[in-house]
Amino acid sequence: MSEEITLKKIDTFAQRDEVTSPTETHIEAKDFSLYYGDFEAVRKVSMKIPKRKVTAMIGPSGCGKSTLLRSINRMNDLIPSTSASGEMIFDGHNIYARNIDVVTLRARVGMVFQKPNVFPKSIFDNVAYGPRLQGIKNKQELSEIVEQSLRQAAIWDEVKDRLQANALGMSGGQQQRLCIARALAIKPEILLMDEPTSALDPKATAKIEDLIGELRKQYTIIIVTHNMQQAARVSDFTAFMYEGVLIEFGNTKQLFTNPENPQTENYITGRFG
Amino acid sequence: MRLETRKLLDKAFSGLGLIAIAVMGIALLLILTPIVWRGSKAFVFKGTIEHRRVMLEQFDRGNPDKFTREYTEITAARAPIYKMMEDFEAETIAQISSMESQMDAKKDRAKELKTAARALKSDGKADEADQLEAEEDRLKDEAKELKSRIKEFKTARTEPYDALHEAIRELLGPMPGQRTPVLLRQQYGQTRWDRTLVKLHEVLYTEEWDYSNADAMGVLVETPRVKQFKGTRLEPFFQYLEEHIEEMMRPKTTFYWQFITDKSKDSHIFGGIWPEVLGTIYLTLGAMIFAIPMGVIAAIYLCEYAKEGRVISFLRICISTLAGVPSIVFGLFGLAFFLNTIQVSDSKSVLAGSLTLSLLVLPTIIRSSEEAILAVPRAYKEAALGLGAGRWHTVMTVILPAALPGILTGIVISMGRAAGETAPIIFTAAVSVGAPLKIWETLSQPTPALPWNIYNLCTEHEAVDEIRHVQYGMVFTLVAIVLLLNLFAILMRARISKKLRG
Repeated sequence: MSEEITLKKIDTFAQRDEVTSPTETHIEAKDFSLYYGDFEAVRKVSMKIPKRKVTAMIGPSGCGKSTLLRSINRMNDLIPSTSASGEMIFDGHNIYARNIDVVTLRARVGMVFQKPNVFPKSIFDNVAYGPRLQGIKNKQELSEIVEQSLRQAAIWDEVKDRLQANALGMSGGQQQRLCIARALAIKPEILLMDEPTSALDPKATAKIEDLIGELRKQYTIIIVTHNMQQAARVSDFTAFMYEGVLIEFGNTKQLFTNPENPQTENYITGRFG
Repeated sequence: MRLETRKLLDKAFSGLGLIAIAVMGIALLLILTPIVWRGSKAFVFKGTIEHRRVMLEQFDRGNPDKFTREYTEITAARAPIYKMMEDFEAETIAQISSMESQMDAKKDRAKELKTAARALKSDGKADEADQLEAEEDRLKDEAKELKSRIKEFKTARTEPYDALHEAIRELLGPMPGQRTPVLLRQQYGQTRWDRTLVKLHEVLYTEEWDYSNADAMGVLVETPRVKQFKGTRLEPFFQYLEEHIEEMMRPKTTFYWQFITDKSKDSHIFGGIWPEVLGTIYLTLGAMIFAIPMGVIAAIYLCEYAKEGRVISFLRICISTLAGVPSIVFGLFGLAFFLNTIQVSDSKSVLAGSLTLSLLVLPTIIRSSEEAILAVPRAYKEAALGLGAGRWHTVMTVILPAALPGILTGIVISMGRAAGETAPIIFTAAVSVGAPLKIWETLSQPTPALPWNIYNLCTEHEAVDEIRHVQYGMVFTLVAIVLLLNLFAILMRARISKKLRG
């Protein structure tokens, strides 16, 4: 797939109810910075991510888009010597405040990673992992959640006969959809996707993109992607980041067709990056 | 680099690699072959009637009727031997008593002459009295000479006969009609055919050291024992014994697989090595009970919880150092700390030994567990955390299961190490002779154990030469245990990895 964006394609895929301005804010960054030791990977980003819309983050490698995404459920905590300043407000609280329970935060903000990272367990156990953590032990209830999540992730028909099979036996695309199902099973409000299709072939990618189109009705989705066509196809809003700074954030169609910032224009027309 | 040179180097390298592997294989073969060959002789050997007698009388094994029938035949075969010995004894006694009666006769005659001489003296016949006294003195001297000859005869007959008697007892067991010896080892003859032949040789030949050449070392000279009994009733004895030894011992190929599960009788002279095997199992499992939780928890802490810093790197250095400490130091530490300072038991005990061994294998377990945990893909951890799992949950449900093959391998390898270590248990747990322990006795009682008893048998046992087969049987069993554990580890690892891979 070439990185060139044609207007026609954008027109084809962005045919949705036009949203010009964010309606309701779900999560808000206020002067948010994130440091790896002394290195400021995200620099004073302020943005309001709208509820039940798909927000894409684009930008060249190392621009901090993944870091910003992982800041939303504090996955960066895993890396030693990270620190944050500014605020990331979710549900009225700054999630970087001292009294925030990371575990409950992550239960409300699901995440899908770059590479499908299914557990070496059965398909059922993979999906039931989150609900079990939340204390659901009833078998009936668990299988209902599993079925519902797998249906939502559009993979139910492919796996319903082999729920007890090891998840590692599935294809990459199926594994990634299983990861989405697993994230959905904890009933999150926000779904973070960190380049979810970069390890997949075009066919599997198309399936995931269709799935994102379905899921945007119920979830706030934030997706990091290197593929600008994908951003144009699936997102309502797009944020362009460069060297840790949020350059431009706005309606996808507008950003791709009529960017305000010349840097954005240079990037999406393939002049750098 | 030119293409030819590169090819040549490649070939040289693979050649060296092959040679290294071949050398290793040969070394392994050289080590294992004698162990297996000689060790198997503890299990499969030519057992004599005495072996079957031990089995029947000491272990209640075998068919008593068949044994009695066989034993009657053997008694018949042995009877001429004992008959000859009895005859010899009787002959010797007869000879001695005839000599003694000669001596007594002379003595009596001398006394008579003395009284006669005294009578003559009082009658004033001094000349005749002198004559008689001279006669009396001559007789007395003759009697004295006879006495010393009897003494000589006695020693010349008795000493070799006693030696022969002893050698025969070692070969065939106590003689019929004798009081049963107290020591169990003296109640039976040779149980194994190879030892029977050695003992037969000892009966047939006497050994003496020839030091006549002062400039050279002494030479061992073997002389046929028959020479000592020339002209006596025992002269045909030796030939008969040599010709009929098979009938007297009835060697039969014997499978003694109970060698592993039998108690030892009379400190390993008879029976098997069960107390040692059981002791080794107790010590190994005991060490694992302490070392596995400590080691795995420490590894989890180091990998998942600890923040890298000076304290942690110091801890890591400590663990590496612990892995390099000589095992005898662990043994002395165990004695000083577990037994003398905190007194986990009053005497040496399995408990103290297990604790010491657990310290010994702790670094191995920590290291291998750490490596296994670090080898778990970060993605698993991220996935679990991203689903809202706490650190503890992540470790228990995702990281540990994925790291299990590596952890188990480390555990099984340390089990092999713990099973084979000698030095740490010398002062803390091992005794040379003991009964198999009950499980609760492990808290307070010492136990025999394979590694220590192998050492003990070949250095301190009073009958080392008699029971080489036991020693090799123990070595074989220990090596087999360790090899089986390793094999088990490989299989288990393969199985779990396969399960994880799907």
